[in-house]
Amino acid sequence: MALTKEELTLLADKAYQARRDVVDITGWSGGAHIGGGLSVVDMLIILYYKYMKVDPKNPGWEDRDRLILSKGHAGVAYAPVLARKGYFDFELLKGFNKFKSPFGMHLDGNKVLGVDASTGSLGHGLPIAVGMALGARLQKKSWMTYCILGDGECNEGSVWEAAMAAAHFKLTNLVTFVDRNKLMIDGATEEIMNLEPFADKWKAFGFIVREIDGHDFNALADAIEYAHAEKSGPVLILANTAKGKGVEFMENQVKWHYGGLDSELLESARNSLNKAYGRV
Amino acid sequence: MAEGLSWTVYDADTLTQAEIYGQVLCDLGKMRPDIVGLSADLAKSTKIGKFQDHFPDRFFNVGIAEQNLFGVAAGLAKSGLLPFVSTMAAFTAMRAAEQVRTDICYQNLNVKIIATHGGASFGQAGTTHHCTEDIAIMRSFANMTVIVPADGIETANAVKQCVNWPGPVYIRIGRGFEPRYYDSEEYGFQIGKAVELASGTDITLICCGITVFHAMEAAKILKENDGLSVRVLNMHTIKPLDTEAVLKAVTETRRVIVFEEHNLIGGLGSAVAEVIADNGKGCAFKRVGIPDCYCEVGYPEDLYTHYKLDADGILETVREVMNMDFEEDEDWEDEV
Repeated sequence: MALTKEELTLLADKAYQARRDVVDITGWSGGAHIGGGLSVVDMLIILYYKYMKVDPKNPGWEDRDRLILSKGHAGVAYAPVLARKGYFDFELLKGFNKFKSPFGMHLDGNKVLGVDASTGSLGHGLPIAVGMALGARLQKKSWMTYCILGDGECNEGSVWEAAMAAAHFKLTNLVTFVDRNKLMIDGATEEIMNLEPFADKWKAFGFIVREIDGHDFNALADAIEYAHAEKSGPVLILANTAKGKGVEFMENQVKWHYGGLDSELLESARNSLNKAYGRV
Repeated sequence: MAEGLSWTVYDADTLTQAEIYGQVLCDLGKMRPDIVGLSADLAKSTKIGKFQDHFPDRFFNVGIAEQNLFGVAAGLAKSGLLPFVSTMAAFTAMRAAEQVRTDICYQNLNVKIIATHGGASFGQAGTTHHCTEDIAIMRSFANMTVIVPADGIETANAVKQCVNWPGPVYIRIGRGFEPRYYDSEEYGFQIGKAVELASGTDITLICCGITVFHAMEAAKILKENDGLSVRVLNMHTIKPLDTEAVLKAVTETRRVIVFEEHNLIGGLGSAVAEVIADNGKGCAFKRVGIPDCYCEVGYPEDLYTHYKLDADGILETVREVMNMDFEEDEDWEDEV
């Protein structure tokens, strides 16, 4: 179902806030994975504000939906989304990366409320998500497992081991996203290690693929609802995105995989976001 | 030279050590509906297949994909289940080491691992299927408990106790043909506590796994032929190590030898040496195992002989250590 105007406004507000937060945390922390953090924001926002059944006041609620952020380096985006959702005080994020902070760049599920699995080493999230989805099915639980992969991450063999298993076990209570921002640390995904024909690879492994614009909330909503309704096999949402989305000088720039922001760049990034979202 | 008959001609169904754990897991499965089993195309070889026969819906074979195997186990544990995972030691401790470390140990998940074909127990298979590094690797993972049972009976005890032992557990067993040492499960097995199988005051032999059986044979001969009072400790739990038993042996027997089916680097011998060194009390000490090389190929009994891990080899090392010029310092108790 198409999103209402009110929903679209809410999601855009939340996405704007999250991107502002990503920029601020990058400034406070001295450096973070800002490019891939900004590219995944819209997926996180629509999940937390439209689809995921969670209760920030009861983070361990047994029947909650689960999210595995397999591209764990996007912790700089995940942490503020959780904070704004009410899992913990946003002010704590001023300690991001600092001595004894619970917030390292790759979030620790045993330290950060709301994080369903400690990720960061690429290729680990989808296997865990497969285990969770199997666990839900075995215990006749109706909660969903969502997993977000990076595209570069799909170089890892373990992603495909898990993909094979998700299809073999016909896990329709699992929705997998790939944040297809087309860049990795050393360059373009197609130059470093070619992924294409990427959608066909997922299809060959037994997934039903929905390829969409990963920054379009209506397209994301359609794909997620399609996945919820699909009962023949697991769905992969191939979300085409821009690394650094929202900050003009970072968009699609390989050098902004990871970086720090001095006061001048911070100002410039904030201005760019304001412009992108039509804020004064 | 062994003819290898006891190791290869029987059908895999006659495996003993592993078979016992398979049965125990089935019994546990009846009491604990949260137990699930996993393997990676080795359900039959590892005997976790017995669990599969009883509880087909609670068993997941992920195919030949060990990284996924341990990631899936982490996810199942996160969803509130109690996974028992079984595959070969080499593919657990090395192929999937990072999944065991990051997905399971770092998150301190309740995943119980039964790693088969440890050490040189599948010696004839060659180096790819040996695993003489796993104890070193596994004990370096925080939160992990490491157990190397002496035989099938002790494996049964370890499997039963690990259900209520918090966090991840690595139980390393052989291929299943290892001789049985214990007659019954009633001998006070407790995770983290050494079992004193023979009391003695001249020397202590600290063992785990297959070397327990051989050390006990050797201790009997040493008592009868050499008149030696030999203490034998079955140190089935490598981590957390029973440091009290180690230090008591140092103080009371002043000679300690560790025997294990593992590289000399990082295994039980290293763990014992660390305790002795940290404590600042010296003693005559020797470690016997695989001397930092890839184990030769062959039937396990020949390999145990070659690496002096059978009764004859143990006898030889004990006599060597007993003959060492060892200064008994009167003031030893006062040393720091």
